[in-house]
Amino acid sequence: MDQNGFFGNWGGAYIPEVLYQTFEELKEEYSRCRKDPAFWQEYLTLMSTYSCRPTPLTYADNLTRHFGGAKIYIKREDLNHTGAHKANNVMGQGLLVKRMGKKRVIAETGAGQHGMATATMAAKFGLDCTIYMGEEDVLRQRPNVFWMEKMGATVVTVKDGSRTLKDAINEAFRDWVTNVDDTHYVFGTACGPAPFPEMVAWFQSIIGIEAAEQIMEYHGKMPARVYACVGGGSNAMGIFKRFLDEPDVELIGVEAGGHGADSGAHAIRLSSPDATPGVAQGYKTMFLQDDDGQMKHTHSVAAGLDYVGVSPILSDLWDKKQVRFESATDTEVMQALELTMKQEGIIPALESSHAFVGAFKEAGKLAKDEAIIINQSGRGDKDIFTIAHAFEDPSWKKFIIDRGIEYSNS
Amino acid sequence: MQLEQQLRNKLKDKDILLMTHIVLGYPSLDVNREVIKQMVENGVDCIEMQIPFSEPMADGPIILKANQDSLLTGTKVADCFTFAAEITRQYDIPFLFMTYYNIIFKYGEENFFQRAKECGIKGFIIPDLPPEMGKSFLELADKYQIAPILIFTPTSTDERMKKLSTYGNGFVYCVARRGVTGKKSEFDQNFDGYLARCRAATKLPLAVGFGIQSKEDIEALKGKADMAVIGSRTIKLVEAEGAEAVGPFIAALR
Repeated sequence: MDQNGFFGNWGGAYIPEVLYQTFEELKEEYSRCRKDPAFWQEYLTLMSTYSCRPTPLTYADNLTRHFGGAKIYIKREDLNHTGAHKANNVMGQGLLVKRMGKKRVIAETGAGQHGMATATMAAKFGLDCTIYMGEEDVLRQRPNVFWMEKMGATVVTVKDGSRTLKDAINEAFRDWVTNVDDTHYVFGTACGPAPFPEMVAWFQSIIGIEAAEQIMEYHGKMPARVYACVGGGSNAMGIFKRFLDEPDVELIGVEAGGHGADSGAHAIRLSSPDATPGVAQGYKTMFLQDDDGQMKHTHSVAAGLDYVGVSPILSDLWDKKQVRFESATDTEVMQALELTMKQEGIIPALESSHAFVGAFKEAGKLAKDEAIIINQSGRGDKDIFTIAHAFEDPSWKKFIIDRGIEYSNS
Repeated sequence: MQLEQQLRNKLKDKDILLMTHIVLGYPSLDVNREVIKQMVENGVDCIEMQIPFSEPMADGPIILKANQDSLLTGTKVADCFTFAAEITRQYDIPFLFMTYYNIIFKYGEENFFQRAKECGIKGFIIPDLPPEMGKSFLELADKYQIAPILIFTPTSTDERMKKLSTYGNGFVYCVARRGVTGKKSEFDQNFDGYLARCRAATKLPLAVGFGIQSKEDIEALKGKADMAVIGSRTIKLVEAEGAEAVGPFIAALR
């Protein structure tokens, strides 16, 4: 990152003036933390006692046999506390908030996992917490809303724009410019104005650091490929960062193909020609926008990938061809999810299932003495309503109908 | 220099100037036309015309909704330029564009400046473009003599204000409080102290905006600021009572 927050052509800090001073303080505190080995140690201790770090690297022997190619390993970020990699970033920023002495945190959330993690951190550290969530996401991720509220957070339903992640981000910024003195905005992904992309990627880099050690132990050499889904890009940056300097490791980011690359209903920023350079939400990256620069509606079955922009760090790595980008459609995602459940007894989140699709398309073509790693960024339990709906599961439907009748009669 | 001089000339006759705000295409360009007519005829000194953007991060609910509704009716950047050209020919007060940086970036910075110049626009207010991010923007502003209006806020340090002042032109937009557009501001002692800091940091005229809604608010600014900005208030008025209510409202502010 250069001094203005750019990674190559991408990034920067396009912020309203009222936030200038807060960003100066944030950059200063962040830079102090980066230089302080005790901070990282405190972070590791917290993550190993409050969350479940190091998370396991699971050898998926059934899937490996099924595809008959490279050994498939799964990095189990789903086993973090709150069920996703989001906790890594949130707990790190929580430590930062304590140092800065702020009393209140706010966050945007798409899938609800980042909101959940933030509500958890706020409860643990005794902070007030408000979570902004698009109306569409509130509907499809209802269980997470329930838990956030139970942990004491206020969940604000955002009904503007496309009523998804980007609108939740705008609304969180509006809160921040109003309550800037006592509030920290726990940005959830490696996007937004500097220093957020780099800072979030730093906290998430723990994923790749662990995975590299684990794969060396189990497999004896570096993996041939590493797969991660890409919404904003924090889990991808988290696992990729450690492998960037490994010349023989290919990194693959899998974006949300929605109804297909040609359908217009997707969230493919880097692996389709639909996105163009733009500046919004405080940073410059490839956005899905029209010729006037108005953001388009995106679509994905996975709320956490349903986003118009992408990490400026990933745009830079895409420019430099250090990461290859692919996409997975909603249909492919459901198939990969079902296969993974049946073969391994593991339930990846719909977001993470995109990475599985990418890996499944290629695993069979690789030699048996190679290994690949899939980053399972989160667990699928949160998606039970969406998944059950997509599978049109009859017994689940009956259960919901019966429960509905019970509630309406009570 | 052009915009600043225009405002200074007006200040010879008035103790405070009035700037108003409209969102282009909301509820329609036809209504915009009527609203502007009423504003100018009732003594408004400067008008900022907002080119709608899908992600108006610094705007509160009223202007946010106006942006969205304008886009839903199909307002394009090209329409905004055509409209601006028509209006600036018709009225002798300075007109500014307010918008977010992506609109300019996507159009191409130099193309945007060129087109705005042709349309008679005197200044730009871009709330998400701090000078650190706007090197080429500021150079073009100088080249095309369109004033880049920079923003002071209550969180700005004296040092920051001085720095911003060196990049700005035309006037400085002093945001009255933290937060987004549309909510009432308190003009208390702290506020006077803030305005005094603004005054000390720049030689440019000071405009004060965010939450100014009444004659009392404007009276309170006399002697401390050079221009009062009315934003969301007139949008609400047009929604509730139609464009023809704007004239009497503006007249009563004086």
